[in-house]
Amino acid sequence: METKELLTMHTKMLELRRFEEKVEELYAQGLIPGVAHPYIGQEAVAVGVCSALRNDDYILSNHRGHGHNIAKGVPSKFIMAELFGKEGGVCKGIGGSMHSTQLEVGVLFTTAIVGGNIPIATGIGLAIKLRNEDRVVVSFFGDGATNTGAFHEGINLAALWKLPAIFVCENNLYGMSVPVSKSVSAKNIADRGVAYNIPGEIVDGNDVEAVYNSTLKAVERARRGEGPSLLECVTYRYKGHGIYDTGLSYRTREEIETWKKKDPLKRSENKLRRKGVKKEQLMDIEKDVDSIIEEAVAFSKSSNYPSWDQMLAAFKV
Amino acid sequence: MAEKREITYLQAINEALREEMQRDENVILMGEDIGIYENIFKVTRGLYKEFGPERVRDTPISENAIIGAALGASLLGFRPVVEIMHMDFLNECGDQLINHLPKIHFMSGGKLKTPVTVRTQYSLGRYIGAQHSQFFPAFFMNVPRLNIIVPSTPYDAKGLLKTAIRGNTPSLYLEGAVLYSTKGSVPTDDYTVPLGKSKIILDGEQVTIVTFGMTVPTAVSAAEKLRDEGISVMVLDARTLSPLDKEGILKAVKKTGRLVIVEADCKTAGAGAEISALVAEEAIDYLDAPIIRVASPDVPAPFTPPLLDQYLSNEEKIIKAIKQVIR
Repeated sequence: METKELLTMHTKMLELRRFEEKVEELYAQGLIPGVAHPYIGQEAVAVGVCSALRNDDYILSNHRGHGHNIAKGVPSKFIMAELFGKEGGVCKGIGGSMHSTQLEVGVLFTTAIVGGNIPIATGIGLAIKLRNEDRVVVSFFGDGATNTGAFHEGINLAALWKLPAIFVCENNLYGMSVPVSKSVSAKNIADRGVAYNIPGEIVDGNDVEAVYNSTLKAVERARRGEGPSLLECVTYRYKGHGIYDTGLSYRTREEIETWKKKDPLKRSENKLRRKGVKKEQLMDIEKDVDSIIEEAVAFSKSSNYPSWDQMLAAFKV
Repeated sequence: MAEKREITYLQAINEALREEMQRDENVILMGEDIGIYENIFKVTRGLYKEFGPERVRDTPISENAIIGAALGASLLGFRPVVEIMHMDFLNECGDQLINHLPKIHFMSGGKLKTPVTVRTQYSLGRYIGAQHSQFFPAFFMNVPRLNIIVPSTPYDAKGLLKTAIRGNTPSLYLEGAVLYSTKGSVPTDDYTVPLGKSKIILDGEQVTIVTFGMTVPTAVSAAEKLRDEGISVMVLDARTLSPLDKEGILKAVKKTGRLVIVEADCKTAGAGAEISALVAEEAIDYLDAPIIRVASPDVPAPFTPPLLDQYLSNEEKIIKAIKQVIR
């Protein structure tokens, strides 16, 4: 991979990380209500996948979706304002942390229901195919979603109709507190592709280059009209399931530390250093990202809460 | 004056589908056995032949994915009309039907529209057992922003289906299987019937019957019998339960001062309970007698004909209720 490309991906991953760190801080201060699901540790998946897509390709995201949205091109400030519940948010503050739609960059919908976007992705794929377009749709979901009926019904249909969909499973090893070993009967989630006669590939989900390359293969296959693929990106969330969860009652500190040694950002940084990128340049990137996040916070604080009338106006069809 | 002819309820639905598919290429059909088999009652007769497998898509037995896929296609501008073979099978697609389809427009801050029509039929009265007979529209009345359409005549079946397909909000369109062979007058010209507007089928002075779907013809025939006995009954067909024509119902109730609700669904927390609550909240002072609901009892539908006949909201029960309410 070209240094420039990797540098762009590294920068985006850093933005995702800093965004979530800021969310944790603001949540603790009581500025973000409700719930949020931190993406920290999984950045290489969102960035690797979205870097392999065109702007006019679609993604459908899930409850742990801030990273997917920002990686696909939604400005951080719109996601942040949504978390604040402000009208400047990507869904005018009506959706919340688990919902986002930004059509200009191909973010169609973000669902809060595990597995919920999989059959919808199938429908998007159908629409693309019926319109004879060469776009693709990506559905992001976790390991837990692969045990839902929606996963099996949706992928069977997409495979049957050879639709241009890429099903990206972020296997972070836990569905809330339950480990994959206690919830998935298959040896690997990727093996579930066999049941639908589509490629299933295990990918190092902490290596942005690996994710990018595997996605590109799946995208090319989809654009050629050969149908969907299943990617199992193995990764790890450093934090709990939700922002309220320490994530320590069902995992050991040792396990978390082991995964931190495989940190996606450290890996991309090391690669960049080996490619001759100067430390100063990386420091500058840090500063740029920090200012994006600061701007997002300022924007969210200054934005108003939507009024009842605005909410009802959103209902007009 | 537009030309009219007599066609069946089933033909009316078939015509609405065909005409909307001819009118707008974004209208596509998906469902189980709707293609080459033309639906279990032949509602989709001729459509696969006319429009081909791309626009009339047979699906696997995957009800949740059928609704989800329709929803997905609707986000890119299609107007899918999907079929769930029996209303009972809506239970298979709750997540997409309840937790996604009617909420996405709202959750996206108004950015997305989901013009999906979900057609299904309720087979109550056909002696096919408890798991293929349940008519439970009130379940879905508690889901905001999901239209619930319950036509009783060929005219309404056609006009309401067209409205649903052309609209920008999702609809649940409930066909009464026992109504498929009933005939009625339908214009040849294009027309639509608006949602949220009830229809007075028989005008009357002493009692108002509010009903919908499969019990409409039963209520009308009961009212006609009572007319011969000198009792004047108004029959109002709600036509859609969501939106509910509150104004029309209240006006009809205020006129007669007596209300009998006739419904095919179970009594407890059925659609009639909502209608009763509406009248109690907004027109109780106009009532000269307590409201009576003629509904299915709170048990699953039995199979055996003598028991099912006893189970249904039949003419005998309606007549008894009317006589009680005017006593």
